[in-house]
Order: sequence, then structure tokens, then C-alpha cells
Amino acid sequence: MFGVYKHYGRKKALRDINLDIYEGEFVFVSGPSGAGKSTLLKLLYLGEVVSQGQILVDGVNLSRIFSKRIPFLRRKFGIVFQDYKLISSKTVFDNVALVLEAMGHKRRFIQKKVNSVLRSVGLEDRYNSYPLSLSGGEQQKIAVARAIIGDPKIILADEPTGSLDAKSANIIFELLKRFHRRGGTVIVATHDMELIRRNKGRIFYLDKGFI
Amino acid sequence: MITLFLRRAIKDLIQNRFLNIVTVTTIALSVLIVSAFILFFVNINDMIDSWKKGIRIMAYLKSDSSLIKPGDIEKKIRLMDGVTNTRFIPKLDALIKLQKQMKRQSSLFTTLKENPLPDAFEIRMTRQAVNNKKIEHLAKQIEALPSVDEVEYGQSWIGRYINIIHLFKLTGYALSCLFFIAAIFIVANTIRLVLYSRQEEVEIMRLVGAEDRFIKAPLYIEGLILGALGGIIGMLALYMTFFYISSNMKQHLASGFFDIRFFPHEISCGLILCCMFVGWFGCFLSLRQFWATNKRN
Ligand SMILES: Nc1ncnc2c1ncn2[C@@H]1O[C@H](COP(=O)(O)OP(=O)(O)O)[C@@H](O)[C@H]1O
Ligand SMILES: [Mg+2]
Repeated sequence: MFGVYKHYGRKKALRDINLDIYEGEFVFVSGPSGAGKSTLLKLLYLGEVVSQGQILVDGVNLSRIFSKRIPFLRRKFGIVFQDYKLISSKTVFDNVALVLEAMGHKRRFIQKKVNSVLRSVGLEDRYNSYPLSLSGGEQQKIAVARAIIGDPKIILADEPTGSLDAKSANIIFELLKRFHRRGGTVIVATHDMELIRRNKGRIFYLDKGFI
Repeated sequence: MITLFLRRAIKDLIQNRFLNIVTVTTIALSVLIVSAFILFFVNINDMIDSWKKGIRIMAYLKSDSSLIKPGDIEKKIRLMDGVTNTRFIPKLDALIKLQKQMKRQSSLFTTLKENPLPDAFEIRMTRQAVNNKKIEHLAKQIEALPSVDEVEYGQSWIGRYINIIHLFKLTGYALSCLFFIAAIFIVANTIRLVLYSRQEEVEIMRLVGAEDRFIKAPLYIEGLILGALGGIIGMLALYMTFFYISSNMKQHLASGFFDIRFFPHEISCGLILCCMFVGWFGCFLSLRQFWATNKRN
């Protein structure tokens, strides 16, 4: 990121952000709420467009990308949204499978892969439930499962342990770490300093849009 | 991939079954009305055609005009606008024909000293000429010829009805167009409602890397299925109504006189294809609108 600004109307959410994140890094973006952490992540997957400045992701300049390529950009990311963004009319299985379906994988493969990923987050007995019938923590785990299932290069996790008890938070973090050990890049946005202290990783501290 | 889209389309159709039943019903009704009109006109046209073929002008020649060669008059008549064919019927032929028709009263003829019938021309016209004003005009022209005594054009009362039928036809076209457009908008609206009820879902799909066509394809399939279902149901309803009416009519009319028919299968298929197009186009319209309002990047 070079000289990135983001305004929402007249509200300045990010100001003059310059940072490099390398492949295979584990990075925390921290700061009080309202600091602009979520905004920073949104800019990366084009959930929002920068107001000023340049962002390069894996060599691609986001302000120059063709809209047809956006889906492929997003497939480089596995995203754990702050509000989960699960589709309430689809089952857990379908929610997670969606990523692979969109990539055009075969049904047989999808079935196997979804089962194994759900098992790794400990929700293998839930795949026929609907998201709203699950607890917040369970929904967050599904969101993580969906983020890792497509074998992305980078995981963006926005408050991934926000609504989890310590034990579940650990399970989630173990998953992120495992992804990291296998060479993936992880970017976690969190205001939870305790969490950061217990884990290794580079830290960017945001406050009022400044780094 | 296609089976996936198909599966998703069918799932969606079932999920929104109420909305979809309403849509299919409206399409079916539109088809029913449009095709009923078509059916009506196919049969009316048949009737008009057969009537038109029967329409002719008879021109009776003056009995003392034997000096004039019938060939000359014939030439003149043939040159008139709208005339396709003329046939000279000498009075002898006419008499023989009459005798044949009235065998029982043949004694009547034996008392005749001379043939009371005039020579005549039977004149047939092009289809376009078979309408009230033109026939009248033509008849006047022929009557004005020096050796023509009298002109007769029976069955021209049809001409009066042809205008009404034309008016009817126009109404039919207008109504068909109206229903066609209405059907498109209804499908568009259905798909739009489906889309808006799933705005969030569409948004999420895009965020996890789904291409637009991945999201759109099942909707197009839904549109096509809605159209096809509506078309098939509408045609079936029409066919059953037709069958019911025609079998009733045959009993009453002793048939033969009216030969009503269902239109050929090509038209049925065409109509169903038309419906599928309606479904597709409705989908296209609402997707375009939805994408325009929801495109953030
Ligand atoms: N869509 C939006 N429209 C307007 N303002 C927004 C929007 N999203 C975020 N903001 C504002 O931008 C600032 C940063 O928000 P955010 O990135 O969500 O913070 P954090 O995730 O660090 O809590 C906040 O003050 C918030 O009110
Ligand atoms: Mg946030």
C-alpha cells in the first residue's frame, strides 16, 4: 500500500497508509474500534475502493483491475468477515461449498473437501443446519471454514475471535496458524491486545485512520 | 457446471413456489389469450378464404347483343383492375345446367320455344379485390359496358363482415402485443423480487469470488423454465378448451360446413419458444436493472 487514503463521504477512515506485507507473513492490524481496521481489509479485496493511493496485491494494481478479474482477485483471499456473511437460506454445507462451486470444482471433490474442512473446525455434525440456528461462535467457525476451503494465498480475518470463548478462539487461531505454517499469508484485524500478545506476528497499530 | 446451475435453478423455483406459480399462471393466461386469438383467426381466415373463392360477379349480356363478339367484352373486363379470371357461359350451357338442376320440373322446359336465359360472364377476382367497395366499383364498371344488361354479385354481404373481422384482427394483434409485453414485465418482476429477496446472498457470492455469470446463469434458467412451463400449460388449456368446443360443435353442426382445426404444431412450438424468450428477456431486464443499481465495483 502506498499513500492510501479512504474517505466515506467526508469521514476520513484511513489517512496516508503505507505498508508492505510479504508473502507468508502473519500480520495483526490492531487498534481501537473505529480506527479503520475493517476498512483496511475491505480495500484489499475491493469491498471498498480507495479514495487515493495505490494498492498492489500479488503484483496486481487494484485501481487498474478489470471488473471481470475481480472475482479472481477475491479467490486469492479467504475472508472471515466481521459479521460472518453467511447465507441464511443455505445450509452450512452449501455455504461452505459455494466457494468451490463458484470455482467450478466437481461435485464429488466438493463433497469430500467440505466434509474435511468442517471436521477440522469441529462442526462436522452441523452441515445440514442453517446458520441462524447456530451460536455466534459456531457461525464464526463456519466463516473460517469457508475462508480456508478455497486454498487461498491470503487469509483476511476481521475480528475472527470476536464472539468466541477462549477455547474456540484457540481452535480458530490454530487453524490460522496451520494455514500460515503451510506458507499462507494471514492478516488479522483485532482490537484484542491479549490475543496479539499470546501470538507471534508483525503488528500494525491503527488509530483514527493513522498507522 | 450446467447440472449445478440447473439444480440451483430448480431449488430456487421450489423455494419461491408461490411467486413462481403466480408467474407461470400469468404467462399461461397470456398464452391462452394470445393463442386463442391466433386459433380464431386461423379458422376465420379459412372461412374467409373459402367464401372469397365463392364470390364472383355475374354479368348478363343484353339478349340483342349477339352482334357483339363476347371475346371483345371479355378482353375489356380482363383489363379491369382486380379481375383474375373470366368465363363465358353461353346461354345454351346455362340452360342445360338449369335443366340438370331442375330435373323434376323438366316438363317446364319443353314448353319453352326459345331460350329465355341470357349469355353471361362469370368473373372472378383477386383476393384484394374482394371487399365491399372494390366489388361495387368493379360491378359498376362492368355494368357500364354497352352490351351488359345486368350485373349480379351474390354473397357480397360477406364483404361487410370482412371489415369487422379486420377490426377484430387488429384488436387481436394489439391485445397479443399487450399480453406479450405484460408477460415480459411480470417475469421481470418475479426475477427482480427473487433478486431483491436475495440481495445479500448475491453480495456474499460476489465477495467469495463468484463470477457474475455464476450468479446469473441459474436465474436465466429459471426464466426459461418459467416461460416454458407457462407456455405449455397455456397451450394445454387452450387445446382442451378447443377439443371440448369443437366436439360440441361437430355434434350440433353436423360438421362438413365448418371445418375448424387446431393450428399446426409449429405454431404451438413457436408459441412455447416465444414464452421461453419472454422468460429469458424478463430475466435479462431485471438483471440489468439489478446490476446497475447494485454495482459498487
Ligand atoms: N460504509 C461506511 N460508511 C460510512 N462510514 C463508514 C463505513 N464503514 C466504516 N465507516 C467509518 O469508518 C471508520 C472506520 O471504520 P472501521 O474500518 O469499521 O473500523 P474498525 O474495524 O477499526 O472498528 C469508522 O469511524 C466508521 O464509522
Ligand atoms: Mg471492524
